[in-house]
Order: sequence, then C-alpha cells, then structure tokens
Amino acid sequence: MKVAVLVKHVPDTETRIQVKPGDKKINEEGVTYIISPFDEFAMEEALLLRERLGDVQITAVALGPQKATEALRTCLALGADDAILVSDPAFEGADAYVTAKALAAALKGGNYDLILAGKQAVDDDAAYVGTAVAEFLDLPVINLVTKLEVNKAAGTAVAARDLDGYSQVIEVKLPAVFTAQKGLNNPRLPALMGIMKAKKKEIRTLNAQALGLAPNELGAEGAKVEVKEMFVPSKARKNKVLTGAPAETAPELVKLLAEEAKVL
Amino acid sequence: MAKDIWAFIEARDGKPRKISLEAIGKAKELAGARGVKLGAVVIGADAGAAAAEVAKYGPDVVYAAEDAKLKDYSTEPYARVLGDLVKEHSPAVVVFGVSILAKDLAARLAARLGASLAGDVVGLEGDGELVATRPVYAGKAQTKVGFKGEPVFLTIRPNVFPAATPDGKTAEVVKVSPKFEDKDFRVQVKETIIPKKERVDVLEADIIVSGGRGMKAPENYAIIEKLADQLGAAVGASRAAVDAGWRPYSDQVGQTGKVVGPNLYVACGISGAIQHLVGMSSSKVIVAINKDPDAPIFKVCDYGIVGDLFEVVPAVTEEVRKRKG
Repeated sequence: MKVAVLVKHVPDTETRIQVKPGDKKINEEGVTYIISPFDEFAMEEALLLRERLGDVQITAVALGPQKATEALRTCLALGADDAILVSDPAFEGADAYVTAKALAAALKGGNYDLILAGKQAVDDDAAYVGTAVAEFLDLPVINLVTKLEVNKAAGTAVAARDLDGYSQVIEVKLPAVFTAQKGLNNPRLPALMGIMKAKKKEIRTLNAQALGLAPNELGAEGAKVEVKEMFVPSKARKNKVLTGAPAETAPELVKLLAEEAKVL
Repeated sequence: MAKDIWAFIEARDGKPRKISLEAIGKAKELAGARGVKLGAVVIGADAGAAAAEVAKYGPDVVYAAEDAKLKDYSTEPYARVLGDLVKEHSPAVVVFGVSILAKDLAARLAARLGASLAGDVVGLEGDGELVATRPVYAGKAQTKVGFKGEPVFLTIRPNVFPAATPDGKTAEVVKVSPKFEDKDFRVQVKETIIPKKERVDVLEADIIVSGGRGMKAPENYAIIEKLADQLGAAVGASRAAVDAGWRPYSDQVGQTGKVVGPNLYVACGISGAIQHLVGMSSSKVIVAINKDPDAPIFKVCDYGIVGDLFEVVPAVTEEVRKRKG
C-alpha cells in the first residue's frame, strides 16, 4: 500500500508570536519550527499502519520554503521512505486554496491508497487543506479521525471521527483522505538510527512548473483570500488577585463575579 | 440585482442551534446594510421542523432540504445539497456558525466552487468591501482578510456576534428535493456514538471550569465537577492533565485542543502555559485559582485567588450554592 502524509513546518506552539507594525506575517526572528502537532498524529498513524499491515510505502509531503525540508527530514527519520517538498517562490502570498491545489497536483498520479494529514495546521488554523486536497483529487475525506483501521484485502478503511458532541464510525472504500485529531495515537520521537538513515534518503523538490500549474493559479494571484493586516490582539484584564484565607477570598470572589462582572 | 446573503442553519432535534441563530443574526445585519434579501438553508432528515422555526427569525426565504438520506451527517451529500442551492441562487455570502460540521462542509464546498473562505471569524466589516477578522496561531495573532470573488463563505465563532431574535413575521419555506450522485455516498456512516454526558461540551458552554497539573490526580476532578455542577458549567482541562491521562482529549482547552470563548472561564491549578492561554484568551471573564502567586495565569486573569485549590474550590462552590439559594 502507498500512504502519503502531508506535513507543515510551523512555529512551535510555545512560541510567543510577534508582528512588526505594518507587516502581514509574523516576525520569524528567534522562532523555532516544528511539525504541526496534528500532522505528527498523521505521521505516527502511517507508521502504525506499516507495523500492522507490513508492506506500506510512506511518502511525506510538505509545501513551504526550503527550510520546510527540516520537517520532511524528521519524517524520514521517523521512517518515511521518501519525501517531496513542494516549493516555489511563486507560492508567495498563497492561501490555503492555492496550497491545496499545489499539494493535490503533487499527489496526483501517485496512486496513494491513503492520504493522511493533520486536522489543521497550528499556524493559520484554517482546517481547510486536507479537505480541499480531497476535493481536488475527487476523493472522499474523513476529518478529525480518532481511530483508523485498514482492511487491505477489501481495500476499505473504518474510521471513528469526532463531530459536535458525538462521534461517527465510518466505512470508506480506499483511496481516501483522512485528517488526524488528537487521541488518534501517541507520536513517537525519531530514533538515532533513523536520524542517521534519514540523511541518505532523498527529498525531491517539485516547483510550480513541475506540477503543471499556471501562473494565475499560484501565489497571491490564485488566492481566494488576501491578508490585509496582521496584529497581536490585546485585551485589558482587571487582574484583581485576592490573597488570604479561603473563608475570606471565596465569598469575595463570588461577590465580584455576581456584582461587578455580572457573570453569575 | 444585488445578490442575497445566506445563513446556513444547523438543526438539532428540529430546532436551530444557537450558533446558527448567531449566523442568521450576522447575515441579517449584512443583508440590511446592503439592502438585499436574507436567505436561510436547513439540511437534514427533519429539516422541515427546524425551517419552520428559523422562518420566525427574520429571513425572507428559508430553503428546507429534507431527505432520509441526510439523517446522518456526511460531507458529500450535504455539500451536494448546499452546492446545488448556491449554484442555483448565487448568494454573495453564506454565513455558517462555527462547528465541526460547518467547518467540514464549508471547506469541501469552498474547494468545489472556488469560493473564498474565512473561518473562525470574530469581526466583520461589511458596509463597503467585506473584510473579516480571524485569529491565527490559535489567537496569538489576528488577521484582517479581504476576498477575491464570490461566493464568500464565513464561519463565525460562537459567543461573538448576537443571535437573531424572532421579528414577528414568518418567512416563506421553500422545500427542496435533493438530487444526489452515487459518489456522494462513498462514505458510509456505520454507527453514531453519543457519549453519555451530564455536561455540555466546552465549545458550547457559557461557563467552563478547568483543571490543570495542580489537580495532582484524576480523582481530584470531583471538586472541579462539583463547582461546574453549581455553575451549570462544562469541565475543561489543560494539556498537561490530558497528556497525563487524567481527562479525555475532548476536554482539552488550548492550541492543540479546543479554542473556547465562554462568558466565564475558571482556571484551577493551571499555571498558564502560552499554549493553554491562547485557547481561552477570548473568554469574557477569566478567573484563576493557583497556589503560586507568580504563576503567569494571574497576569491574564480578571479575578484570582492565591491559595490551595483543594481548599479554595470547595469554598467557592459553597458560596455559589448559597448565592443561588
């Protein structure tokens, strides 16, 4: 079986985000990058599928600048067989729609049985790319998967997925796209042996031309949504912190909540 | 003729959900500013009942797509129905209330129609050019985005925009007969699992009481639950508590959990790691209870108590009980 895992290289969730006045993107100075946490669940699930099913070829795919190869290198260290970086300066200004178009083009013809991705990337939080890739490849998508079982012989998968306050068990004929929710698995860390092996594995780079994308489909021109402004919001808080015995602070707090904040 | 503004209505037990009334409220405001008609769309196996209810909330027309095949939510049949309606009537904007279902549906259909999609919208300027404000990096930053073509799909955050109220009129309900294609049913819903829950989900709650690492053990959440019971609140948890296996991941508030915005958020034994803070920073009022006076959570709270949560939380519970009589 062939499995593609879509990963995005994003700022660490512990990072304090800063934006220079007038900029439309974050200040990248001093920011460390990681694989988006939900994509780690997707990668782990690919590895678990291989452990359960045996013959599973894993390809990690990322769209981003050259630096995003770090995310792919980590996937290779974890056990991906090969990796594809979709990268072109022409993607500057791309939105999630363009990103999905380009990723779909990179995946097309790859005969993947499963395409796995995180439910959303923790930078733009769009929760769009996995679903849009499915649409562009005319595949079904099952989002927010917390359990996945593949029946290789039948060419089907059964997945549990979260919905609003309930969940569904879903059966689908492969190929299909699945996006991972927390709870699917517990991602492992790369082992030293894997890191050494990863250095020898190939990362192919595909640019816009190789993907057969027209200039008007790329970057800001192809985008459906344009970022006009980015800023760090601030909300003034009251910061009334009470100290003392609970017999005094508890009634005082409840009084403030009822009479000052009026939330009780 | 200027194009209509629509709201997508999610129904539960034959009634529109609160987020859908917020969607219709926002759509109504936009339609009013532009002097265009307001449409509402209800899709489901029992769409008719919810459509009759929604008709009282101010739309000019309600489309009700009812079909037994729409009983369980599945992306593609719903996208087929809404997509066909959008193609037929060409609304300028479709407003959805944020939910897992709405995000799933809006994404699939936006890709299919080449619609301009902005999710989790918390601000909207619509009198001239449409500009939406939406959080990124879990709310550590926000962007203002413009749109390059119609239709525009917006999913709006719950508890941000006021819900529509009945306006004394009743709109016409137009019944729609869905036309499906075989491939809409590539996915088969085998089972629906509704967990036995005495409490609302954190995403839907007006009040949330959360516990973190300071809870020390899973059984200690009983004191959090008692306070939540008194307040009619949902119970949340920090990533530390979820990763320790004390609470289910569905309770996690934070950048890799749920981003919430209740009226009142009570953080107990949560120090305030940035990945948690961003998940609850849009709460209207934040309360922190922690024994460490230097915990970062106190810098972002409205009210705080420095003290042992095992003493403070039961004392607060008792005070709430007394006040509520």
